[in-house]
Amino acid sequence: MTNGPDISPALVARTASRAKDVAPVSSAVEGANPVQGPNNVVPPTEMTGSQAIVRSLEELGVTDVFGLPGGAILPTYDPLMDSSVINHVLVRHEQGAGHAAQGYAMVTGEVGVCIATSGPGATNLVTAIADAHMDSVPMVAITGQVNSAVIGSDAFQEADIVGITMPITKHSFLVTDAQEIPRVLAEAFYIAGSGRPGPVIVDISKDAQQATMEFSWPPRIDLPGYRVISKGHSKQLREAAKLIAAAQRPVFYVGGGVIKAHASRELRELAEFVGAPVATTLQARGAFPDSHEQHVGMPGMHGAVSAVTALQQSDLLITLGARFDDRVTGVLSTFAPNAKVIHADIDPAEISKNRVADVPIVGDLADIIPELLDACRARFEESGRQDLASWWSTLKRLRETYPIGYTEPHDGLTAPQHVIQRIGELTGPEGVYVAGVGQHQMWAAQFVKYERPHQWLNSGGLGTMGYSVPAAMGAKVGNPDRVVWAIDGDGCFQMTNQELATCVINQIPIKVAVINNSSLGMVRQWQTLFYDSRYSNTDLNTGHGTARIPDFVKLADAYGCAGLRCERPEDVDATIAQALEINDRPVVIDFVVSRDSMVWPMVPAGVSNDQIQIARDMTPDWEEED
Amino acid sequence: MARHTLSVLVQDVPGVLTRVAGLFARRAFNIHSLAVGPTEHEGISRVTVVVDAEGDLLEQVTKQLNKLINVLKIVELVPEASVQRDHILVKVRADAVTRLQVTQAADLFRANVVDVATDSLVLEATGNAEKLNALLSVLEPFGIKEIVQSGTLAIGRGSKSMSERALRSVSA
Repeated sequence: MTNGPDISPALVARTASRAKDVAPVSSAVEGANPVQGPNNVVPPTEMTGSQAIVRSLEELGVTDVFGLPGGAILPTYDPLMDSSVINHVLVRHEQGAGHAAQGYAMVTGEVGVCIATSGPGATNLVTAIADAHMDSVPMVAITGQVNSAVIGSDAFQEADIVGITMPITKHSFLVTDAQEIPRVLAEAFYIAGSGRPGPVIVDISKDAQQATMEFSWPPRIDLPGYRVISKGHSKQLREAAKLIAAAQRPVFYVGGGVIKAHASRELRELAEFVGAPVATTLQARGAFPDSHEQHVGMPGMHGAVSAVTALQQSDLLITLGARFDDRVTGVLSTFAPNAKVIHADIDPAEISKNRVADVPIVGDLADIIPELLDACRARFEESGRQDLASWWSTLKRLRETYPIGYTEPHDGLTAPQHVIQRIGELTGPEGVYVAGVGQHQMWAAQFVKYERPHQWLNSGGLGTMGYSVPAAMGAKVGNPDRVVWAIDGDGCFQMTNQELATCVINQIPIKVAVINNSSLGMVRQWQTLFYDSRYSNTDLNTGHGTARIPDFVKLADAYGCAGLRCERPEDVDATIAQALEINDRPVVIDFVVSRDSMVWPMVPAGVSNDQIQIARDMTPDWEEED
Repeated sequence: MARHTLSVLVQDVPGVLTRVAGLFARRAFNIHSLAVGPTEHEGISRVTVVVDAEGDLLEQVTKQLNKLINVLKIVELVPEASVQRDHILVKVRADAVTRLQVTQAADLFRANVVDVATDSLVLEATGNAEKLNALLSVLEPFGIKEIVQSGTLAIGRGSKSMSERALRSVSA
């Protein structure tokens, strides 16, 4: 998985060290030390807790962090200033630091780091932490806490951030003893990055930062209750191979877990051997190349007819790192009614959570997929394989008859889909595309062609408006040599665009395409479809024929970005080309588009996937023969 | 829905009970009773939780609990192979006329009188839920003034020790 240009150098470095880092069980059982980083030996050295924080991060191999100082984290910002290893990016709002850490983690595969002070600083991270939890993003959030002597007294800027974030973190630590800092940070990084990744918060009281302690490295990780299963159960693998060999309508239902496991190459080998169609969910776009003839598209509420049908009419779902999210299944009881389910995931709790699995396989997909391939080879040799030609002819007909497409808007304005499609075509698969949440996100998932993992970032589970700009910033820091597009909406952009200042000052030249339909577009679409076109509070007045508050070009200009505006379809290509030429500062393009364009296909909420509509009140013709 | 008793060994660290209880709340699992206390091993506590769940839901409860970093081991204790006890304190009306009747009733259930006042008694009783319910229905006519009850405590029958086995795998 390290040859070819499709994986960034940072990832190559990480995968090389991965075998060592991801022990099958915790160190307490194995004796191996799962502390990430080069594991330099540092003899006991006296220093402050703050210095220990910075030194621990250095020893863990951290090179970039995103944060904003305040009273309770002030001691740590002093030694941070002297670190020659750690690049601290000063954000303008802590939520930006959180999303930037996510974006960084998503493109590099490394644990992202954000830092904030106590109270409001910490609570501003909450949205990003919840987002990382839903989308399994490895992230460590370090927050300052008030002096341990006054914890619980409602002290100035005190908030119980460990308590607040308990349901939305993989784990959390409150540190009041400086001596614990190296061990806790090493544990936090290990928990965040191993198994099913997730956010971990480390809340460190101000007195622990100021106290003197004896630093040594590496610390001994002590997590007796934490075990990561890597290898799949061989009996289950054989059972899965048996079902695959017998299935007449198998389909690979591929989720974001394949990207987290860095198992795209392995997936391709398995899929090509089995010959079954592959559907990649919103979180898995790029895990399998869109251009591959076995790819049938994205399933779900706004998925391709071919992908939705492939799952719906399947007799075997080969589920890899996916979680049967309601946006994929529609009404669960009617989802893929005739399918048996193979479900492979590193998190045992995902298996049979929503849909009961016939063959559960728990483990790391990077191990399981090759094991499954071996098992399939053996089984196919023994009992032969099914002819999938008739299954493929159904799906190919649907793929050709109902491709993802759009109609030109009636108001003469630019079709938003056209803008997004051209951004993808003119930039290519080596770019990174980071969306906000809403219509533009769905169009970006549909109309950009994804050919490699880590090419597509979005807030899938939580659906966080405002994710795009800061996450793109983090992605650009992690992958400075790639073109990074924030494909954002006019609503989303107004939630977090203050990070443009961070991008300009720190020379992080992202490109922001504001798909400006002057409204909260997805909500407006639902109002059109389900609320009799009564547009309650979705008009943002940023687009064509409005007061344009704010004027995005002027706003870009005020931040020191290049600001461009494109209002006519014929100018789209030239504007994108111009943006691709500017690499010395961020670019913001105000693409003024039609507000009437809608996201199709659509499975309306609360109905079965069988009722997918390719346009308003239009369902595909299922029976037609070619 | 059927009740099931889970014994959960946890690291005795701040917030661990919040994590367990919070998990039940967030995932909308129903707790019937919960009891927590130290074990024979320093630093390890045992939570006995009775849940209203069965089948797939019970499996989800167990899997989600297992994901908590501070949880070391979970065992389901079935009634046939375990001893399960609740503890109850009852303040019941008892004046000079009825006192003897109340204490006789208490004797039948092997309940102890732990406090006596001119017009009331405090009884202490241990047993399974059915026995304690029977005691309460016998006391009801006298007038129950106050009840306080522990969560169920449970332990497996036989010589095997849950914590010994769990800790062997942890510290090996």
